[in-house]
Amino acid sequence: MTMHRTIIALTLAASLAGIGAAAAAEATVPPAQKWSFSGPFGKYDEAQLQRGFKVYKEVCAACHSMSMLSFRNLAEPGGPGFSAAQAAAVAAEYKIKDIDDKGEPIERTGRPADYFPSPFANEKAAAAANGGTAPPDFSTIAKARTYERGFPWFVIDIFTQYQEQGPDYITALLQGYEDAPKDFALPPGGNYNKYFPGHAIAMPKPLSDGQVTYDDGSPQTLEQYSKDVSAFLVWVAEPHMIARKRLGFQVMIFLLVLAGLLYFTKKKVWSAVH
Amino acid sequence: MSGHSTYQPQNAFMQWLEKRLPIGGLIHSSFVAYPTPRNLNYWWTFGGILSFMLGAQIITGIVLAMHYTPHVDLAFRSVEGIMRDVNYGWLLRYLHSNGASMFFIAVYIHMFRGMYYGSYKEPREVLWILGVIIYLLMMATGFLGYTLPWGQMSFWGATVITNFFSAIPGVGETVVTWLWGGYAVGNPTLNRFYSLHYLLPFVIAGVVVLHVWALHVVGQNNPAGIEPKSDKDTVAFTPYATVKDSFFMAVFCLFFAWFVFYIPNFLGHADNYIQANPAVTPQHIVPEWYYLPFYAILRAVPDKLLGVIALFGSILILAFLPWLDTSKVRSARYRPLYRQFFWVFVVVCVLLGWLGAKPAEGIYVVLARVLTIYYFAHFIVILPLLGIFEKTKPLPNSISESVLDAKA
Repeated sequence: MTMHRTIIALTLAASLAGIGAAAAAEATVPPAQKWSFSGPFGKYDEAQLQRGFKVYKEVCAACHSMSMLSFRNLAEPGGPGFSAAQAAAVAAEYKIKDIDDKGEPIERTGRPADYFPSPFANEKAAAAANGGTAPPDFSTIAKARTYERGFPWFVIDIFTQYQEQGPDYITALLQGYEDAPKDFALPPGGNYNKYFPGHAIAMPKPLSDGQVTYDDGSPQTLEQYSKDVSAFLVWVAEPHMIARKRLGFQVMIFLLVLAGLLYFTKKKVWSAVH
Repeated sequence: MSGHSTYQPQNAFMQWLEKRLPIGGLIHSSFVAYPTPRNLNYWWTFGGILSFMLGAQIITGIVLAMHYTPHVDLAFRSVEGIMRDVNYGWLLRYLHSNGASMFFIAVYIHMFRGMYYGSYKEPREVLWILGVIIYLLMMATGFLGYTLPWGQMSFWGATVITNFFSAIPGVGETVVTWLWGGYAVGNPTLNRFYSLHYLLPFVIAGVVVLHVWALHVVGQNNPAGIEPKSDKDTVAFTPYATVKDSFFMAVFCLFFAWFVFYIPNFLGHADNYIQANPAVTPQHIVPEWYYLPFYAILRAVPDKLLGVIALFGSILILAFLPWLDTSKVRSARYRPLYRQFFWVFVVVCVLLGWLGAKPAEGIYVVLARVLTIYYFAHFIVILPLLGIFEKTKPLPNSISESVLDAKA
């Protein structure tokens, strides 16, 4: 028996040493931010989503598409809280390619039901204009970016409900531009970023202090922009998160009561044979 | 399903029906009067949970199929469309994707329970083998389903797994082309995977009927691992097992709901929210968590063909378990040495799973090789020898005696 214990102990020790070695080679871990939407009762901060949308519209949208989001989504419950009229006004700022009744290609004013048009005609055009790689679409990017959590954190995350790797990473990335270390061979067209895997990112530093004007008095800093646009992108990727968490709480209460009632029923039924 | 039914319908219509189609009697003898050992613990509730999960996956899957488009250009967007624009589409999709994981969590507990208590031993060999077949079908269904959202992991996972078959000498490449319906994973692949993903759950349901049938012929094993001898050793399925199963199913649903509502993407992979791109290979191609131990075994073997053989061998060897385990005693409760080796085996499986998620380099490869050898040694060396050399503890005379002993 002691032999088996020893085997287990040795195996565990070996595997933990392996984790340490692997972690050293990984990129810098993004710092965890405080998000209004984290946890079981988390909600989006409407003002933050509106600011994040402004950053997207004025900066990111020059290169990044967001093709699965439509203008009407901006006015839907659980989102940035624009009114239907405001969403329609945003739509009206865009020109949408369409075909008229005669079959001629036209450009018409955007309507709430339209999707956000892409900044480039197609993926090849996007790639050609950006050094060979098309800038990623923003529709699901907050769920498509992460960083290695490692043991034991990935187990602890189940209990703490931590699932904000995406926005934490994006926030860090936007603030992670710095001069490349002397011994780092930066490929042509690359920019050094502390948090990007491999550190050489094609996107030049997109945001700086004072670049976007906020109307609500929030600080016009790179840090604030990064957080706001990250929060906005989480909503873009998970537009029904608030409804999901609210329903989840109701389901949990229901199941707890059901399990409790069934437990006492089981006790009563089995008392005859025990 | 065995023996003469004692079912006496009161209702006039049921009496009429029973003379023509004795379905009431079948249900009554299978799920009401069916005697279950009175000492079953909560590990025995996972059979019912698995039936529930199969039903839940089929129902959510059928509704998802109403909104899904199996085309390489549209699949990714249609899944996101379900999440965004279908009423409660996010719920259906997260129930289905997390449901697959819950199904596998339940089946692994169910299988380890069978191993711990020796449930595969005579006369339950066929019952066990049917279970292995269900597990294989589940693996296939899960793999096919993971391809459908057409994300990066869907595409590259499908590419890696189908490439296994290219290891077959001589006809390998031909077989792979035939599987793909082309010269790479593409639209024909997605279409046939969708078709098969819809078909296989019903095949599973068919084998589950055989599994339950076999179970009701031989009766359930139990923690003492001895057969019921008198009426004192058993209780009726309803209400005893029904209420116990229901209670634990509700507890399991709490666990399930935690993932669905609060951490729905925890068990998935971030790269699968990037649309499939044949021109960009992800840094690490990782299968779903429930395949990771087998993926580690595959990569532990330096030769491709032997690796694939080891992968399939590691699953198929389970079918031979009833004969590899030579011990006459079923339950690990009375097998002090086997109990130790059982837990070592569980730890080995978990560690293999962890290694499956790691890149195949350095220390990870060495560890994976050691653990792969141990995995096979457990079946081929340890189990046959244990049955010969292990000194087992005395068995109780009856199930009711073992229950009374436990209380005293």
